Amino acid sequence: MQIQKFDEMNASPQEVRAHYTQYAKWLAQQPEDVMQARRAEAEMIFRRVGITFAVYGAKDEDGAGTERLIPFDLIPRVIPAHEWKSMEAGLVQRVTALNRFIHDVYHGQEIIKAGLVPADQIFQNAQFRPEMMGVDVPGGVYSIISGIDIVRAPDAKGNGEYYVLEDNLRVPSGVSYMLEDRKMMMRLFPELFAQNRVAPVAHYPDLLLETLRAVSPAHAAQPTVVVLTPGMYNSAYFEHAFLAQQMGVELVEGQDLFVKDNFVYMRTTRGPKRVDVIYRRVDDDFLDPLAFRPTSTLGCAGLLDVYRSGNVTLCNAIGTGVADDKSIYPYVPKMIEFYLGEKPILNNVPTYMGRNPDELKYILANLKDLVVKEVHGAGGYGMLVGPASTQAEIEDFRKAVEANPSGYIAQPTLSLSTCPTYVEKGIAPRHIDLRPFVLSGKTVQMVPGGLTRVALKEGSLVVNSSQGGGTKDTWILEA
Amino acid sequence: MLSRTADHLFWMSRYTERAENTARMLDVNYQTSLLPQSAAVAQVGWEGLLSISELMPAYKAKYGEVTPHNVMDFMVRDENNPSSIVSCLHAARENARAVRGTLTTEVWETLNSTWLKLAGYLKTKDFERDPGAFFEWVKHRSHLSRGVAIGTMLQDEAFHFYRMGTFLERSDNTARLLDVKFHAVESDFYGAASEMDQEYDFYHWSAILRSVSAFEVYRKVYRDVIKPECVAELLILRPDMPRSLAASMNEVVVNLKAVSNSHSAETERIAGKLRADLQFDRIDEILSTGLHAYLTQFLDRVNNLGSRISRDFLMPSAA
Repeated sequence: MQIQKFDEMNASPQEVRAHYTQYAKWLAQQPEDVMQARRAEAEMIFRRVGITFAVYGAKDEDGAGTERLIPFDLIPRVIPAHEWKSMEAGLVQRVTALNRFIHDVYHGQEIIKAGLVPADQIFQNAQFRPEMMGVDVPGGVYSIISGIDIVRAPDAKGNGEYYVLEDNLRVPSGVSYMLEDRKMMMRLFPELFAQNRVAPVAHYPDLLLETLRAVSPAHAAQPTVVVLTPGMYNSAYFEHAFLAQQMGVELVEGQDLFVKDNFVYMRTTRGPKRVDVIYRRVDDDFLDPLAFRPTSTLGCAGLLDVYRSGNVTLCNAIGTGVADDKSIYPYVPKMIEFYLGEKPILNNVPTYMGRNPDELKYILANLKDLVVKEVHGAGGYGMLVGPASTQAEIEDFRKAVEANPSGYIAQPTLSLSTCPTYVEKGIAPRHIDLRPFVLSGKTVQMVPGGLTRVALKEGSLVVNSSQGGGTKDTWILEA
Repeated sequence: MLSRTADHLFWMSRYTERAENTARMLDVNYQTSLLPQSAAVAQVGWEGLLSISELMPAYKAKYGEVTPHNVMDFMVRDENNPSSIVSCLHAARENARAVRGTLTTEVWETLNSTWLKLAGYLKTKDFERDPGAFFEWVKHRSHLSRGVAIGTMLQDEAFHFYRMGTFLERSDNTARLLDVKFHAVESDFYGAASEMDQEYDFYHWSAILRSVSAFEVYRKVYRDVIKPECVAELLILRPDMPRSLAASMNEVVVNLKAVSNSHSAETERIAGKLRADLQFDRIDEILSTGLHAYLTQFLDRVNNLGSRISRDFLMPSAA
């Protein structure tokens, strides 16, 4: 079988795609050493600004710090306006349906009654939070900030098709890199932005603040919004500090908060101040030691009760994980039809579920061709990429799947699209994905584009920053 | 503002100031040691430097004998010494990182760049080849971060806690610096009888002046030879001398008043009284009670003031 490939820039070695022609022409004129110098400059600036992430347990070459840069690639990922328009509509549709689903799960459970999603898929799910049953959240919105991972792969005719690979409805991260990558590109290559009509993204923090205020509790006319971070040693600390600063709100840690008389307060130099909306970058399990993990020092004791009383809004809500789990993913197209009565605009990747005996048989028979994922895994851990694995790795995974079939799903190995990328030896194609950030408050909105991640290792499909992925600026090119 | 944020800002500026003052003291000792006639003076200086920072036991445990090279090593690059330049600049940077969202981009980048460049500096031989240039660099980075903060930060609470940290630390450091002679020779203030002692005195007091950039200032103000009582007066009581105790306490009081809250009245009173004492004290009175006793008491009062500021603003118990 001829494996189809799809490159975002080059339709063939001789032909550049229409939306890239301007850029390709410019790139061809850039002397090698100038681009080298720009790369070095970008790295220097990222270091000085401190746009770093921490890798747990890792040491740098001096054996000291644990702060790493996420590699930034100079070649942008370009998406033409008409493609973005339909993607945007698809994202609004999908996130709206997912929010309806979460509300349904914690209320009437109509979708289970309709027989579309099996009850045990929800109630056996570790991310299902019984504490949330019957709790009404402002506007009925649970996933206020959603990161939807989208990939592109060629169909039989070699045309690129977008697929949703994963929904991230808990604490999706990466938006600061989207913003910093753009800032960097404009700093390094201002002339490109004069030549190309690139849709701006810098207003994201404004949209975010507007959205967070839109879901504040009813009592708060002038709501106090805060960002809750696990602290400066968290891998995404830069982003937490960045978003708080850009929105002009306090960045708090668990120790700064306390509960009194069923409200949440923060300790300030002028005494306690009530907090109305918490954009929390802390997982459910760590939010409230009285309700969840008792040893957690990252949250605030008593927070859940205040939340359930409607006296504080958590963004995202508790219990959204029930909808972004890989075991629920296959049902999303049905949700869209069920709640919205519409046909899904964005494709799901065809998915085989280990829990269904027929599909399990297929998975086990085709391990070498499939991507197999743990349903609760995240960050590119706990997965098997069949075609890139050794026989021994496949056999290990086979045992794991056989031992716990419902803990796994499998998908055909998509030939992810590539984009030209600077590597050791010049420019070469590398696989990419895209994470747009969708904000749901009074309305569902987003800035054009998202974060493009690139797998820097040749042939690798894993774009996660914890596994050597880099990022690119993402251009939505207005016609 | 968040108490924790205020706490980080307060310590960020204290550590920056401490790094600068450590560099100042090291620089003066280093420069003095280059003069052949004053080797003995320099030796006394190195020992005094460790004593006033209360670091002699830690130093002795690690190195034993006091040698210029080892003292420099200990005070510049020893990560286990919390007062070393490396430790101070690291602590300043980590405190800044914890509240980077509260700082202007320029302030954060200045502190972060200082830290990144310091690592590079210590890796090369540049420091050993020319320690003076390194101390100059540390001072400049401190000037820069202070200037950038003043030039870019909104003058809100964050700024006032930042400034308070700077001047509380400075008053402590200047007091210790003045007290160095007591630690070094364990003599009374007027103990200079022998010729060697007289020579020592001149180098000692001029070194102190130079370490706070006050040598030329002294000449301008007193138009006289270096006299210990004038040096003491300049660095304790002159409100127009930017590193004096009086000038530092003025700033502490002003910034404290700006963040005043419902339970800080007593702290403000204590700070105000300390400033008033400096305003109305006379140098001959201070010297008649003994400089060392005076400075010891001053350090206790500053220390107490620091604890009270922490309690009232930075780490309030659960409400």
